Amino acid sequence: MGILDKHKYIETNATLLLVGSLLVVTVGGIVEIAPLFYLENTIEDVDGMRPYSPLELTGREIYIREGCYVCHSQMIRPMRDEVERYGHYSLAAESQYDHPFQWGSKRTGPDLARVGGRYSDDWHVDHFSDPQSVVPESIMPKYAFLKTEIIKPEYITDLMQAHQMVGVPYTDEMIEAAEDDFRAQADPDSDFDGLLERYPGAQVRNFDSETGISEMDALIAYMQMLGTLVDFSTFTPEQSR
Amino acid sequence: MTTEHDKKEPDTTGHVWDGIREYDNPMPRWWLWTFYITIIWGIGYTIARPAWPLIEGATPGISGYSTRAEVAKDIEAVNEANAGATQELASIELALLSGNSELQQYAVNAGAAIFRANCSQCHGSGAAGVQASGYPNLLDDDWLWGGAIDDIAYTITHGIRNEQSPDSRWSQMPAFGEILSEEEIAAAVNYVRSISDQEHDAALAAQGAEIYLEQCSACHGEAGMGDPTIGAPNLVDAIWLYGGSEEHLTETITYSRFGVMPAWGEEYRPGGGGLDQAEINAVAAYVHQLGGGE
Repeated sequence: MGILDKHKYIETNATLLLVGSLLVVTVGGIVEIAPLFYLENTIEDVDGMRPYSPLELTGREIYIREGCYVCHSQMIRPMRDEVERYGHYSLAAESQYDHPFQWGSKRTGPDLARVGGRYSDDWHVDHFSDPQSVVPESIMPKYAFLKTEIIKPEYITDLMQAHQMVGVPYTDEMIEAAEDDFRAQADPDSDFDGLLERYPGAQVRNFDSETGISEMDALIAYMQMLGTLVDFSTFTPEQSR
Repeated sequence: MTTEHDKKEPDTTGHVWDGIREYDNPMPRWWLWTFYITIIWGIGYTIARPAWPLIEGATPGISGYSTRAEVAKDIEAVNEANAGATQELASIELALLSGNSELQQYAVNAGAAIFRANCSQCHGSGAAGVQASGYPNLLDDDWLWGGAIDDIAYTITHGIRNEQSPDSRWSQMPAFGEILSEEEIAAAVNYVRSISDQEHDAALAAQGAEIYLEQCSACHGEAGMGDPTIGAPNLVDAIWLYGGSEEHLTETITYSRFGVMPAWGEEYRPGGGGLDQAEINAVAAYVHQLGGGE
């Protein structure tokens, strides 16, 4: 009589039970996850978003290496108090080139999703070197060594190819010019027109005011870009999303 | 006591393991009904709220809920509740604010929040500044550009030595390393230390007095009192932006110092991030009452 009478058969065959359970869980997973890849309202097209420049991407790697995400989130939630403190709430599109995303889950330190432009480069150098010198109540560790770690773009093409593989639209031209762009962004005397063309809005400066490109340069370049790509004076978010 | 209820033997499921049978009692009624109600509630919820994924988008739900609309509504509601005070604050003559205690209290509270979000980065969350980096202390009564509430509001709006506002505060001390010899600078340092009541070499200070009169007094004043209308610091009040030690003073006189502060007026920040008039007045009121306001 019907399928219900067969349950003894399933319950007494452990392998069959496992396969059956897996099938049931898979259905739940597909229903919850699959639509996110095709639904139009989960993929908002926002002007200004671009893949990270080679130097910013390197800074992002340092951000991940140092575990910054453990204490800092990059996700301004759509709540009044957060919007008033940190700025416009984060859009999904703003982390579309993040692999992996850096939303974080704990704010021991403040949210960094819109930290770009909030502080001067000098401030960042002081703060990374000795956070308590500018924020006495801070419990952030010191990262003074970043200033003396000189870096070369030897692996930047590999890194960008890896990101390209997972869907970041780096063009072959971008990857070819990666090493030059990496150096150009930290050197205001260089020819950085190509960089700006490939990465509109990229900030070109000697971020740590020292000769040579250090990890400090890369990390500050990443910090100063965070949250600045979308121009919210011209962008009106759709309410229905 | 045996009751009728106990005598009734419930059905079993028919399973027997080692002589142990399993009763087939029905679920408790309250549990079953709660379960049915959650199912009904669940269906209603997916109708009311955004839920089922379709081809193009998810069903929007008949209640029209969206987190974005919600936060916009929250902000709108607060702005509306404060609209009267905000408007009054934006248009008030700042010097008269202290006469309106209710509005002043509102301004100070609002200003404190704005200060923490936008100013504490440099001036510190307690507004004590950071001397090593030249971020001024706002708690003392020494003001580079004047400590009246109007002066403070002007400084906030236009900033100091920036390219954003054409009206930003701008003072320029020459780098005396190119004008004076090292000995002359050492003399001037000792003179400045003498008028600020610090340990000094009297002979050098006497020599420095002349240099001071010639090179420094035009801006800092003959008595070293400075001039807040041109941003010349007071040298005799024992409050130092970059330190009053011989070493620091020598560096300051040799190379000069140029602290900068961004303009906060929204008209100078086309990309956003600026403050409107009410916000500037609020933060000026907050800074003014911190202790040093004139």
